[in-house]
Amino acid sequence: MMELVCPAGTPAALRAAVEAGAHTVYCGFADESNARNFPGLNFSRAEMAAGVAFAHARGAHVYVAINTFPRAGAQDIWHRAIADAETAGANAVILADLGLLAFAAAHHPNLRRHLSVQAAAANPDAINFYASAFGVRRVVLPRVLSVQEITAINREIDVETEVFVFGGLCVMAEGRCSLSSYATGLSPNMNGVCSPASHVQYSDDGAEQEARLGGFLIHKTPKGGVSPYPTLCKGHFVSPDGKGGAVDGHIFEDPVSLDATELIPQLQKAGVVALKIEGRQRSRAYVAQVVRGFRAAVEALEADQPMPAGLLRQLTEGQAATTGAYRKTWR
Amino acid sequence: MDLTVGPIAFFWDAARVREFYAGLAKAPVARVVIGEWVCPKRLPFWQNEIPDAVETLIAAGKEVALSTLALITLVRERRQTADLLGMGLPVEVNDLSALQHIPAGTPFQVGPMVNVYNEGTLQWLAKRGATRIALPPELPLSSVATLAGAGREMGVAVEVWGHGRVPLAISGRCYHARMNGRSKDNCQFVCGDDPDGRDVDTLDGRRFLTVNGVQTLGRTITSAARQIDELKAAGVASIRLSPHVGDFVGVARAWSEALAGDQAALLPALDRLMLDAIFSDGFLAGHAGASMDEVAAG
Repeated sequence: MMELVCPAGTPAALRAAVEAGAHTVYCGFADESNARNFPGLNFSRAEMAAGVAFAHARGAHVYVAINTFPRAGAQDIWHRAIADAETAGANAVILADLGLLAFAAAHHPNLRRHLSVQAAAANPDAINFYASAFGVRRVVLPRVLSVQEITAINREIDVETEVFVFGGLCVMAEGRCSLSSYATGLSPNMNGVCSPASHVQYSDDGAEQEARLGGFLIHKTPKGGVSPYPTLCKGHFVSPDGKGGAVDGHIFEDPVSLDATELIPQLQKAGVVALKIEGRQRSRAYVAQVVRGFRAAVEALEADQPMPAGLLRQLTEGQAATTGAYRKTWR
Repeated sequence: MDLTVGPIAFFWDAARVREFYAGLAKAPVARVVIGEWVCPKRLPFWQNEIPDAVETLIAAGKEVALSTLALITLVRERRQTADLLGMGLPVEVNDLSALQHIPAGTPFQVGPMVNVYNEGTLQWLAKRGATRIALPPELPLSSVATLAGAGREMGVAVEVWGHGRVPLAISGRCYHARMNGRSKDNCQFVCGDDPDGRDVDTLDGRRFLTVNGVQTLGRTITSAARQIDELKAAGVASIRLSPHVGDFVGVARAWSEALAGDQAALLPALDRLMLDAIFSDGFLAGHAGASMDEVAAG
C-alpha cells in the first residue's frame, strides 16, 4: 500500500492522525528548526519522545522535519534538533540544508535521512547528488513537476520519492522563495514562516475589507464575504502592460489549495511510494478527517477500486482545489 | 572589494546583448558571469553572442564565468548543464544538480540562487571545490559577516548582492505567459516585450514585484550602497551588480568610484542614472527586503 505521511502540529494531532490510519506522522520541534514555526505549534523534546512511543506502539512511524536553513553562527540549534530526534526514536529526519545533511551523515549515520521539499531537488541529477553525497534515502519532490516528469525521474534514481497530494500549494519552487521576507522580513528558509500572521493587517474602507501583508495590500473582498488569508503568492494584483492596459487578478495563483486525490493511481504508476498531506498548522479534527479520507483512498487503490470522488471537498473550506503542476497545463 | 556583473535576468535580443557586453568591456568591473539562468527557451535566440562576448571581456582583462540555469528539470537542460563544464571557463552553479556533473576537486563558483545560509554549508561547498560564493540576497549583514569570515578561513571569496531587482522566486509556471492567457509551452516569448521585467503592483497602486517569465523579482533596486563600509569590514570580496536596461556602464562607474572612497555620492548618482528606480536595502538591514530607511533614501 502507498504510505500516507500525515501532518501533526501538536501531540493531540499526532494521536488523532495515528488513530485515523496514518502510516507515518511528520512533525517538528517548537523552534526555528522547522518550516512550520508558528506560535503554539510543534513539539517539546518530551512530547516528541512520547509521540514517537505512541506511534510505534500502534505500528506507525514518525519523521521529524528539521527543514529550515540554519542561521549562520547558530547552527548548534539545528544540530541539537537532529540529535534529539534520534534520541526520541524518530524513524527519519527530513532535511534541506547541505551543511546539515553533511552533519547528520557524519554524526548520526544510522538516522535515516529524507530530503525535504525545501531542497527543491527537481531532477535526477539533483536527487542522485543528494543520495551519493549524503546517503539520502527518500526525496520529497518539489511541486513544479508533472506526473510524466515524476515517472521519468523515478527511472533514473534509486531512492524513494514522496509527493504532496493535499493541502497548501506553493506555486514557487520550495526553499527558493524570498517573497515573504521581501514583504515582511521573515522567510520560510530562515524563520520557518511564510506570510506570517504577525504581519497581517485587516481593515475596511466601508464597502470592502482589505488584507495587507507587511503593509502591502494583498486582496480586497466585499464586506461580509469570506476573506482568504493574505498569502503573498495567492494575492490579487495589477500588472500594467505598458500600452495603457493592465492585467488585474491573481497573477501568480488563485487562492486555491492542492487536491491530487484523483491522480493517486497515476502517481503510484509513476513509482511514488509515499503521499504527503500538508497542514501541520491544522486542527486535530481536520487532520483526522483528511487522514481517514486518504486511508480509504489508498486502500481502494490497493483493492483495485476507483478513487472515492469528492472525498475531501468539504475540507477545502470553500476554496477551489487544483491538481497543480502534476498536470502540465498548469504551467 | 571589487565588482562582479551577474548574468542578464531578462530576455534581451541578440543585438541588445551584443551592445551590452561591448559596453561592459570598458566598465570598471573585475568579472562577469554570462549565461541564461532563468528560462532555457530563450537561449537559442542569443547564445551565438556568448563566444564573442567572452572573448571581448577576456581581452579587456575581465574574469569570465558561465552560469547554469537556476531551475533545471528537463533532460535537455541537464545536458546543457553538463556541456557548460566542457567550455573551458569556470562555471557558476545556480542549481545544485550541476554538482552531479562536476568531478570532486574541480573548482567551481556558486551563484546567489544556491542556499548558502551558514558556515556548515559554505565549508562543505569549499571542500567540494567552491572558490567563490555569491550569497543569497535575503541574508542580513550579521549572517554575511559570519559567512565572509568562514569564507576567508576556507579560501573562498564571498560576494554580496549589491545592485538590481532582486530574484525572489522561481516557478514551474510562467507568469508572463499566464498574464497573456497562454501556457508556458506556448508562451510565444512574450517576456521579450519587457526588457526590465513586468511590474506587478498592489491594488492600491504601490509598485511591489516584477515578473520575468518563471522568475519573480522585487520591484525595487536592492542596493548595498549604504552598507559598503560594513561589507568591507566583514571581508566581503565582491559586490554583484545585476544587469538592467539604461546606462549600466554608468552604474558600474558610480559603484567603482564609491568603492574607491566617495560613498555618499553613490545613491544620488544611481538615482540620476535610473530615473524609474526605487531603492531598498531591507534584506541587509535585517528588515523586510522591500524597505529602506527614509533618512538616507536620497
